[in-house]
Amino acid sequence: MEDICISQQNLARLMPMSLILSPAGRILCCGPTISKLFADSGLVGRPFFDCFKVRRPCEIGTVADLLAAGRAKLHLVALNDNSTTLKGSAIPFDGGKGVLLDMSFGISVVDAIRAYDLTIGDFAATDLAVEMLYLLEAKSAAMLESRKLITRLQGAKIAAEEQAFTDTLTGLKNRRAMDHVLSRFVEAGEEFGLMQVDLDYFKRVNDTLGHAAGDHVLTHVARILSDETRSEDLVARVGGDEFVLIFHRMTNIDMLNDIASRIIRRLEVPIPFNGKDCLISASIGTAVSDHYRKPSADKILSDADLALYASKNRGRAQHTVFSKELLPDRSEVDLAAEFDAT
Amino acid sequence: MHGLINRSLEYFVRDTYGNDVWSDAAQHAGLGFERFEAMFEYDDALTYAVLEAASDILSKPCQTLLEDLGTYLVSNARMESLRRLLRFGGESFVEFLNSLDDLQGRVKLAVPELELPKLVLLGGQDKGGFRLLCTGPPKGFGRVMRGLLRAMADDYGALVFLEDMGDDGSCGEIAITLVQNRFAHGRDFSLAGPEGG
Repeated sequence: MEDICISQQNLARLMPMSLILSPAGRILCCGPTISKLFADSGLVGRPFFDCFKVRRPCEIGTVADLLAAGRAKLHLVALNDNSTTLKGSAIPFDGGKGVLLDMSFGISVVDAIRAYDLTIGDFAATDLAVEMLYLLEAKSAAMLESRKLITRLQGAKIAAEEQAFTDTLTGLKNRRAMDHVLSRFVEAGEEFGLMQVDLDYFKRVNDTLGHAAGDHVLTHVARILSDETRSEDLVARVGGDEFVLIFHRMTNIDMLNDIASRIIRRLEVPIPFNGKDCLISASIGTAVSDHYRKPSADKILSDADLALYASKNRGRAQHTVFSKELLPDRSEVDLAAEFDAT
Repeated sequence: MHGLINRSLEYFVRDTYGNDVWSDAAQHAGLGFERFEAMFEYDDALTYAVLEAASDILSKPCQTLLEDLGTYLVSNARMESLRRLLRFGGESFVEFLNSLDDLQGRVKLAVPELELPKLVLLGGQDKGGFRLLCTGPPKGFGRVMRGLLRAMADDYGALVFLEDMGDDGSCGEIAITLVQNRFAHGRDFSLAGPEGG
């Protein structure tokens, strides 16, 4: 191939980070950008291997090594600061005795522009370094906006969850909603019956058939509980397999007994899931507001709970209405203070 | 319209005319909220509605507001990151002008959803005469470009005359007469950025 003649000035413009080395490894001339890194010590006239270390390929210590490396991509470090990493490519020069070495910053450009106060004009027109810096800055700005947005949305999500009244699995009301309705009824002096419903054998379904079966059962139960109540009543899922039903203006024990029995009967019908039958039942405890002289939400909930545990103790799949006999050892005087004499 | 454009308009009104004017404009336009999210996408109609509402409240034509918005984007400290990205276009105002063809592509690299009009620069051979063609949505962007060009010329320290070549006042074609590429010192710009990159 014909030799190409190019002036030093043009070479500097085309490759502002290039060096020409003599056969002995002395730097004969250098581009304007690379010389900015060595503004204090200068480059021209100095031995190349005093100014740069070739890290890859290994063990390159002479001009002959550089030439022998052929097409290999060179990884270098500028020894002025021992930190600026450079990429390079070396070709034979001046009849194969010297070397023309061109370099670029690669990823170290981000630190180099700061350390050496480089400007757009310091990069070759074809160098993508400025595009990369642009992209880095634009992406950082976009990312910052996204992060701010995510933080705001996260806050909004937490706030929304705190205010939510719905159990997302079953679509029933949740504990928050139940607390809300119960305290409103108590404050307004409304009459109501309250049922605590606890599924029996639900854990067995979960353990033997898996959580998908468990979720299926819970939605099925939710449908039955909604069927057996009126629109003015409240049905809430307050725990894994615990439900609370509040019957507005219904304190008739016989009616509540009927409803509870019907619920238990319907829940005991096997629930098919993926070709298998899920078998559950329920224990129910009920308390009614007109049982109390001055009802309180906590008291009614805990009394319904006592009744529920009485049902469990009687062998599950039972319904119990709270009565003072269920209370653990309390003096008659205390009891009389809390309840109407019946 | 992309949230970045909407929010720029919002900040421009807030910073220039006050938060009350912005609240009024948002209300008159029936936005239903007061704050645009930079990373959301909004119906174009909302942008034009709030622009027209601001125009009514301030008794200034929409086109004047858009041109001022263009100037604001470059000159207000709050928009410094945008000014910096524009300055990546080149070392002088002429280099910047020549980089405008790439602006749409550059913006897409950073924020793929952000639609900007296509910019084509013509001329440049004779003594400092350029024409900038600004085509495609969003409507009225040519006006923003004129304000932005004027502010960028100041930023680089160049002395230019800008003239709307269209007859509809939309600045779809802007004649740029460069009197002097380096007239004043301009504002400082370093690739490295103010802190940390």
